[in-house]
Amino acid sequence: MADAHDHLHDRLIGALSANLQPVRPLRSPALRALAWLALVVVIAGALAMFANLAAMWDRVTATPDMWLAVIGSAATAATAAIAAFELSMPDRSRAWALLPLPAFALWLGASGLGCLRAYVLPGTHVATMGETRDCLIFIVGLSVPLSAALIFMLRRAYSLAPALTATMAGLASAAAAATLLNFFHPYDAAATDLAVHLVAVAIVVLALRLIGSRALGNFSA
Amino acid sequence: MRPPAWHWVPANAMDNPSQARSEADVRRSALMADAQRGDRAAYEKLLRDCVPFIASIARRRGVPADRSDDAVQETLLTIHRARATYDPRRSFDAWLRVIAERRAVDVLRQAHRHGARELHAPLAYEGHADESVDLAAGIERDEKAGWVQSAVAELSERQREAVRHLMLEERSLDDAAALTGRSKGSLKVNLHRALKALRLKIDRGADNG
Repeated sequence: MADAHDHLHDRLIGALSANLQPVRPLRSPALRALAWLALVVVIAGALAMFANLAAMWDRVTATPDMWLAVIGSAATAATAAIAAFELSMPDRSRAWALLPLPAFALWLGASGLGCLRAYVLPGTHVATMGETRDCLIFIVGLSVPLSAALIFMLRRAYSLAPALTATMAGLASAAAAATLLNFFHPYDAAATDLAVHLVAVAIVVLALRLIGSRALGNFSA
Repeated sequence: MRPPAWHWVPANAMDNPSQARSEADVRRSALMADAQRGDRAAYEKLLRDCVPFIASIARRRGVPADRSDDAVQETLLTIHRARATYDPRRSFDAWLRVIAERRAVDVLRQAHRHGARELHAPLAYEGHADESVDLAAGIERDEKAGWVQSAVAELSERQREAVRHLMLEERSLDDAAALTGRSKGSLKVNLHRALKALRLKIDRGADNG
């Protein structure tokens, strides 16, 4: 019996070492997350050239729920990216998935506050169907290249929790896209619109969980 | 006293590269670093070294003995595909332990799924008709055997004797000689003549058929 087992493993070990190719050890997950965030910053810089920055500043600083939501979405993007890169390593704790939760809660809370303000304050601009559709398309559309780059980078590692890793990748991409949307909001104090952003985020996260976990998945037995 | 082959590294050692590691762990780290540079001999040595450790982890995780090989193979494949994620400054044992435990859980989960789909029904298994069996083939085989038998029957007695003992009953020349009381040379000559006669008959049968 023992001989049969040893023979089985011997064959696999022989095949694996015969096909061994040199690899470069990956940099730390935090550094790799920074590389992806740098890509987001480059895109932000490119978008800023076309945006009316003064108008954006007025919009964002007008009410606390606006700038809290921006801080929340930016922090969600950064922490979810770090979580995704940590989870892409086969030996890291699954608890890394909790890292983006505080920032995500801040984002959700500020958005909820914004929605509330729209009901309480008369004269607040309420987004129309056409405007919300533009926001949805912007977030989902920008999430495609951002998440594709992220999944490409994550595939160099080897996740043993592909669904969780892909979910974090989706959250990071959607949060980054929602943050960049602030350059182009077509109107002031778009409070109710923040709820629409979350719908877009949910779409991106679910899509990534489905597609990305397949791209990262790897249990052969 | 020699240190145990597999030293249990505390989980927090992973986060602190400077923490003391066992000699064996440091040696395996070096082997893995060599493997990352493409050293096949080091890699093979390391993987062989890992097998008993992986099997013991699978056992401790409750993987049944008949699935233990799956856990070992899955873990070996994972080491291979994930080899770029290993940081040589960290403990190799700790890295491997987490991977082996996760693969053991995957194998357990899969065994559970299989178990839920399959059931134990020995009578149904025994009573199930094997559709791969070709009934016509059996009849054909019987017909051929009958034809050979009738062809053998037409041979002379000496030749028939030689064919029966040496070919049909597959005896050795010595045994056949002892059983029949004929010399080995006589048996050989008769066998050759019998085969020649049979070949002629078969050729003729093929021509006719």
